[in-house]
Amino acid sequence: MSAARPGQDAIARKGWLAAHKWLLLRRISQAGILGLFLAGPWLGIWIVKGNLSSSLTLDVLPLTDPYLLLQMLAAGFAPAAAAVIGALIVAAFYLLLGGRVFCAWVCPVNIIADAAAWGRRRLGIKSSRPPDARARYWLLAGTFVAAAASGALVWEWVNPVSFAHRGLLFGMGAGLWFLATVFFYDLLVAHHGWCGHLCPMGAFYSLLGKTALLRVAAPRRAACDDCMDCFAVCPEPHVIRPALKRAGQESPVILDTLCTTCGRCIDICGQSVFRFTHRFDQRSSP
Amino acid sequence: MSVKKSTSAPERIRLFPARRKFLAGLAGAAGSGCLMALGAGLYAAQSRALAAQALRPPGALPEDRFLAACTRCGLCVRDCPYDMLMLAKPGDGVPTGTPYFIARDKPCEMCEDIPCIKPCPTGALDPALTDIGDARMGLAVLIDQETCLNFLGLRCDVCYRVCPAIDQAITLEKQHNARSDRHAMLLPTVHSTHCTGCGKCEAACVLDEAAIKVLPVSLARGRLGEHYRKGWEEREKHGGSLIGDQLELPVRGLEGKPYGDSRVGDAPAPPAESAPDGIDSGWKP
Repeated sequence: MSAARPGQDAIARKGWLAAHKWLLLRRISQAGILGLFLAGPWLGIWIVKGNLSSSLTLDVLPLTDPYLLLQMLAAGFAPAAAAVIGALIVAAFYLLLGGRVFCAWVCPVNIIADAAAWGRRRLGIKSSRPPDARARYWLLAGTFVAAAASGALVWEWVNPVSFAHRGLLFGMGAGLWFLATVFFYDLLVAHHGWCGHLCPMGAFYSLLGKTALLRVAAPRRAACDDCMDCFAVCPEPHVIRPALKRAGQESPVILDTLCTTCGRCIDICGQSVFRFTHRFDQRSSP
Repeated sequence: MSVKKSTSAPERIRLFPARRKFLAGLAGAAGSGCLMALGAGLYAAQSRALAAQALRPPGALPEDRFLAACTRCGLCVRDCPYDMLMLAKPGDGVPTGTPYFIARDKPCEMCEDIPCIKPCPTGALDPALTDIGDARMGLAVLIDQETCLNFLGLRCDVCYRVCPAIDQAITLEKQHNARSDRHAMLLPTVHSTHCTGCGKCEAACVLDEAAIKVLPVSLARGRLGEHYRKGWEEREKHGGSLIGDQLELPVRGLEGKPYGDSRVGDAPAPPAESAPDGIDSGWKP
């Protein structure tokens, strides 16, 4: 059992860098994607234009958020080909790679949520009153109903994900307060409250994760010393148990679509139980 | 199910704690999810109104359809060579994230190739608009005749001069200046058949607060009832009046006034006999 701060064991055994490898790579991915967008307005190097809702890369590759496209259809608007093609490309990418890879490796709100979770651990805030984790699916359905009822993309009025990304690129304004609300909600009210319980965008991308090839597995689960560090840092802790403890499944692969594939469990484990692999990898190494 | 129907509610809770917990959890999830969606919906309904001075880029679909079509990606903003488009921030009085411009700050330069429409991925900016002269971003309205310098009898003419559709969208209409009684007023007059709503006139108005403003078309225009027919057009169409010759009826209470003057107050005093007014006054500068 490690002390209040998880990860001390991993740092002692593997060194700081190896114990933060995937976290660092994830931050590089998040910052890199944001950097590609910011290079245009800041430096005049136009690689990617637009934002996460819709973008155009190198003037040829259109990308559109498939969740937004479906809301558009629900609102009764048939979009032009560029948006449809863009949404299909994005959907295919995440269907293949892993739906919530978006949450961990791309979404700017992840940094806010991670900061709040880190703050919780450092400040020792234990109390947590999260809503039921299925609320996000109801909210997801609710956003489509609202779009259909009003004929407008209702969720875009409040979506913290687009607020964050659009704000950084086009000016934040009062959107900053929305993001501060997410941060303090996660910090003070509910552990992983936003990303882990409410965000309909994360819920949507988790539905794309049914066939995800990229997965985290626990091939060395026999070596687990029950230190609970992985549970402490995992944004969706319930996904670990089936693979690690053979609870309801034999496979060592974390198959739950809510796993964000962030790889923090790989970093944090002093016994190197976890690793990135593909969906069909059934190996259990000693 | 082996439990008899006669079991009381607390009994059933005791017997099926898991089911009870599951249902309670499900209800909680549904409740909070639907509540948030409802909240977002109400907020969106409240704040979907567009501030009157916020104009959409050229080719924008009608506002209600635009709000279903625009992904709020800002590609139009990026491709505007004059950087006059903005994406609305929360608190701007414009649906969050949608593109707009404020004519008084930076009007549309009306590029012939309309580069802002081209990158729009959804068609929220309609690619069918190929001639910028057909754009209807808004409609200029000379909204305050009490401060417009031309209405005060001066020759400002700035809105007329800067109009990209000069003499079509804005013309100067000559009128007698009744105040000085010896000058003409040249009144800037907007014609909706040609005004694209680019906002050049509003941006250029020399007053501290513009007397000519570009408003959203829906706000700026009136609409005749469907049943209205213009007599002079019908006469043209049918080669003669459809109602025959008109009768001239006496109007009681308006005796002593010129025909057609139905004003209630006293008629203007007749000109003084001694010194004639206006162009007949013999005045020399």
